[in-house]
Amino acid sequence: MEILLAIVIGVAFGAVLDRIGATNPNVISGMLTLRRIKLMKTILLAIGTGSILMFGGQMLGLVDVGHMSVKAAYIGVFIGGLMLGAGWAASGFCPGTGVCAAATGRRDALFFIAGGLLGAAAYMATYPAWKASGLLNDIAGGKVTLGSVPGASYDGIFAVSGDILGIVLGLVFVLVAFVLPDNLTGQKRPANVPAE
Amino acid sequence: MTLDWKLGGVLLGIVFFAAVLLVKPIGVSTQFVILDGIVADAVSPDFITQIEDGYTSTNAYMAKSSGKYAKNAANPLNYSFIFVLAMAAGAALSAFSRGGVGRAEKRLPQIWEANFGDTPWKRYAVAFLGGFVVLYGARLAGGCTSGHMMSGMMQTALSGYIFAAGAFAAAIPTAMMMYKEG
Repeated sequence: MEILLAIVIGVAFGAVLDRIGATNPNVISGMLTLRRIKLMKTILLAIGTGSILMFGGQMLGLVDVGHMSVKAAYIGVFIGGLMLGAGWAASGFCPGTGVCAAATGRRDALFFIAGGLLGAAAYMATYPAWKASGLLNDIAGGKVTLGSVPGASYDGIFAVSGDILGIVLGLVFVLVAFVLPDNLTGQKRPANVPAE
Repeated sequence: MTLDWKLGGVLLGIVFFAAVLLVKPIGVSTQFVILDGIVADAVSPDFITQIEDGYTSTNAYMAKSSGKYAKNAANPLNYSFIFVLAMAAGAALSAFSRGGVGRAEKRLPQIWEANFGDTPWKRYAVAFLGGFVVLYGARLAGGCTSGHMMSGMMQTALSGYIFAAGAFAAAIPTAMMMYKEG
């Protein structure tokens, strides 16, 4: 059953990533240079939609709170984020979209995957040093959410209802998605790179 | 072709929601470690070993959290690994059904050509190095754009916000410096 769900949700995820342009490095670079940020609007809207549905469903008792999976906060999350950001901008791929792009026939994405497998292996080899450095130790409580979600096994940073905060933040993401212009650079620049 | 951003955003949100509703939040980058583990164990069968109460590995990262990565690498027919393979299939089907990616684009993305000319091997080298840094960083952070940024921020996880701050702080200046044209 789980394998069937993996196939159904996985296929849907890959197909949507492709249809929003996320498998196209021209679109990713357009977003990260802030010249064409439609994809950013898409992502913000998706986070907001997901958040509202999930927390709304949890409040109504339709969604199992136990399915939440919150990752720990530590200094390495920020350092790793910086590294991922640099590589993401240079290559135009992140792990998921790189795999998807390779599947659509992009040759550079195959090199991205090969580099990624080597990078993951390099982390596996150097993990003890990171562990010893203390940079993987929890900060601010580690696996925490911003509000306190009823029934969840994670602590909240703020003593407010995590469900309601989740829905409010979800609405903020949706609002920001709609308010943002298509181009953040302030220049009137023609969107001269076609989708493909 | 590319969906209207409103439709695309709602669809993507529904997929992320469906994953949490039915199984667990979406994540991708861990599976690079799992594939490395599968390869390492095929080359050197002592890499992952079955023990009384599960699996362990000679690699400390594979063995962490009671060997959950080691277990998944030893049993690749698990939810998360199949999910990533299915994701690739979904992207391929989608691309095929919209007429496919053009031959020139497959060889070299247009924005690269606009900035660096017809230099495919330079592009492949940057994609390779980029992949290395992206996955090293994702594993250090404990997740990637899917797991931390999308799934994490959707659940109001503090770690998701820290990750997104780091990722955009590096990504935007890097992209602006490298891709001035196109």
